[in-house]
Amino acid sequence: MVSNAIPIPGTQIEARPWVDELHQWVTTVDHKRLGILYIASALMFLAIGGVEALIIRIQLMRPHNDFVSPEVFNRMFTMHGTTMIFFVAMPVLFGFANYLVPLMIGARDMAFPRLNAFSFWLSFLGGLLLYFSFVGGSGLYGAGSAPDVGWWSYAPLGARAFSPGHSSDYWTLALLVSGFGSIGTAINIIATILCLRCPGMKINRMPLLVWMNLVMAGMVLLAITPLSAAQIMLLIDRYLGGHFFDTQAGGSAVLWMHFFWIFGHPEVYVLIIPCFAFTSEIIPVFSRKPIFGYPVMVAATVCIAFVSMSVWAHHMFTIGMNSYANSFFTLTTMAVGVPTGIKIFNWIGTMWGGRIQFKTAMLFSIAFLFQFLIAGLTGIMMAASPFDWQLSLSYFVVAHFHYVIVGGILFALFAAFYYWYPKMTGRMLSERLGKLHFWLFLIGFHMTFDVMHIPGILGMPRRIYTYEPGRGWDTLNFIITIGAFIQALAILVFLANLVISYVKGARAGNDPWDAWTLEWSISSPPPAYNFATVPTVASRRPLWDLKHPEDPDSRYE
Amino acid sequence: MSAVTTSFPNPAAEWRLPYRGKVAMACLIIAESAIFTIFVVAYLFYLGKSVTGPTPREVLETPIFYTICLLSSSLTIHLAAKCLARGIGFAFLGFWLLTIALGGLFLYGTAREWYRLIYEHGLTISTNLFGTTYYSLVGLHAFHVTAGLIMLVTVAVFGLSGRVGEKHSGRINVLSMYWHFVDAVWVVVFTVVYVLGR
Repeated sequence: MVSNAIPIPGTQIEARPWVDELHQWVTTVDHKRLGILYIASALMFLAIGGVEALIIRIQLMRPHNDFVSPEVFNRMFTMHGTTMIFFVAMPVLFGFANYLVPLMIGARDMAFPRLNAFSFWLSFLGGLLLYFSFVGGSGLYGAGSAPDVGWWSYAPLGARAFSPGHSSDYWTLALLVSGFGSIGTAINIIATILCLRCPGMKINRMPLLVWMNLVMAGMVLLAITPLSAAQIMLLIDRYLGGHFFDTQAGGSAVLWMHFFWIFGHPEVYVLIIPCFAFTSEIIPVFSRKPIFGYPVMVAATVCIAFVSMSVWAHHMFTIGMNSYANSFFTLTTMAVGVPTGIKIFNWIGTMWGGRIQFKTAMLFSIAFLFQFLIAGLTGIMMAASPFDWQLSLSYFVVAHFHYVIVGGILFALFAAFYYWYPKMTGRMLSERLGKLHFWLFLIGFHMTFDVMHIPGILGMPRRIYTYEPGRGWDTLNFIITIGAFIQALAILVFLANLVISYVKGARAGNDPWDAWTLEWSISSPPPAYNFATVPTVASRRPLWDLKHPEDPDSRYE
Repeated sequence: MSAVTTSFPNPAAEWRLPYRGKVAMACLIIAESAIFTIFVVAYLFYLGKSVTGPTPREVLETPIFYTICLLSSSLTIHLAAKCLARGIGFAFLGFWLLTIALGGLFLYGTAREWYRLIYEHGLTISTNLFGTTYYSLVGLHAFHVTAGLIMLVTVAVFGLSGRVGEKHSGRINVLSMYWHFVDAVWVVVFTVVYVLGR
């Protein structure tokens, strides 16, 4: 295939001073650069959140450990949760959406490039604001530093009386600011997809990645905003003496829980749907077959989005809702399993009879399938409210949602890294290091999170900073911690791979995977203007049509 | 590169997509609706749960005149946008300034009401649950009116210096979508606070 980069006279490769280069990155409005900035900032916060996780695990490695104080332990789990959800998972997924959506629909950029830059800097500075709490959190009170009341900051713990100083203020403001960034990005993604598709890219020809990001962005509009509203209320309580969550003045602590989880549960799907999107692009390419059941995949995604909006109170079975609410939320939660099952069926259907290539990206995708299935199954277990009464707030829950977030989301993300890194940098990631990364991470993951279910069933509560010996948790916790370190090692291998391959990796060329979507039709990395001429598409696999003019997809669709 | 484009079959002759401004504003309205929903839910949930007075029945007066002002401003901004699309710049400016005046009048009404509540009835945001929910819900709406007014005034400044023409019609329509939304929210807030809430 011909290279698409048109040399422009006078702009030939000449090393610019690094200040210039930095200035260009800071002031950029290019969707590709912003995508990379999103991903890079997320990787930075991943490292920080990972270190916090390791501190938690070292503390719990053996009973009566005193590696950190209880106060520091509380800060660590609060910061770990907040960081991983808001400043790792969301930005990295927005980064990929930013980078890939315009390329896949044949657009020059996002619909609102400056809004895009604004949104990125909002979420990034939100992250810095959260971490500034380590310095500024104690304020004039000398009361603690970073937020320490858990990532959901249940009332009344977030109130002034129980969270003196500024730690909770930093938490609130960081989430509010980055939430506005997320809303800006979501609006941008939707406007881009609806308004900037290239000729022929009808809505039923869009790649599944684009479809699923559209659904994800729609969910962000409805899910992040309740959190922003609740944060505004908390600020009013803390600064203006309001009584929203002040039980002594008639306020309700349960209302905060509702508002938090109206955000909190759809958020899980905001994070997992883009991962479905990666999987839906990667599995077909490495199975050498088009995706099985495209319309059903789309329908299932939309269906998940709808149903997931009405399941939030399954996080609250133990607060004493009435039996109607319990039954309703049990049923809706179980109902989400149906469209999700359809998706898993379709991915397996895509692999069935294909010529599967076990590249690293495919390995991660297959692991994602299995692990996400198991995560879903433990989810169904806890959807049954009586079962949840037994296991809520235990390590079983912690194991369950880490199975979703690490086993599901993170594995799919790694697949996306291995698949699109060549497009973003022009270099292939090393397969050797990639396989090492995969197997190390797989072993570490299962050591940690498979085992973690057991102390939960044995009654180990979450968020305790230490425990008595002889309850049958000791060995298990030791194994969990070892697994966590193996995962950390795997992440180091991954980061090393990113750096080494950037310098020494094999040249990728336009289309290293022989794939079918538009981003592979242009050079790697793509030129600033993306497409020299606007492409026109006639089917769901435009590059297949291009490579096989004798048998194009457009003939069958 | 041309190889790529020409080899895709059936180049679409007619390819129309919606205007990005409209789509983005629609998305913003959806997001804002969710925020308002949460505040409305909080208001309804805490109705009658205040431990101390004053209660809504004792102190609230229905702001019918100012409500009529705000709602009619929806009509005037619609007419303004229509005039601009037809190229009648003079009428556009007239209706536009009228919209600003009506919006400003509404804000004045809110200010009067708050003044009365604070100084005559001693109701502040920290007095009781009613105060907390009332000021935050009505205040959130007033904040949106203020933001809208700032944008309207910006356009008016450009309009008065003769820089708003037919080609800006699309953008003016987007702004008027926002203003209609602010008015629609007031219908909900009015119903909740002044009708159901008493």
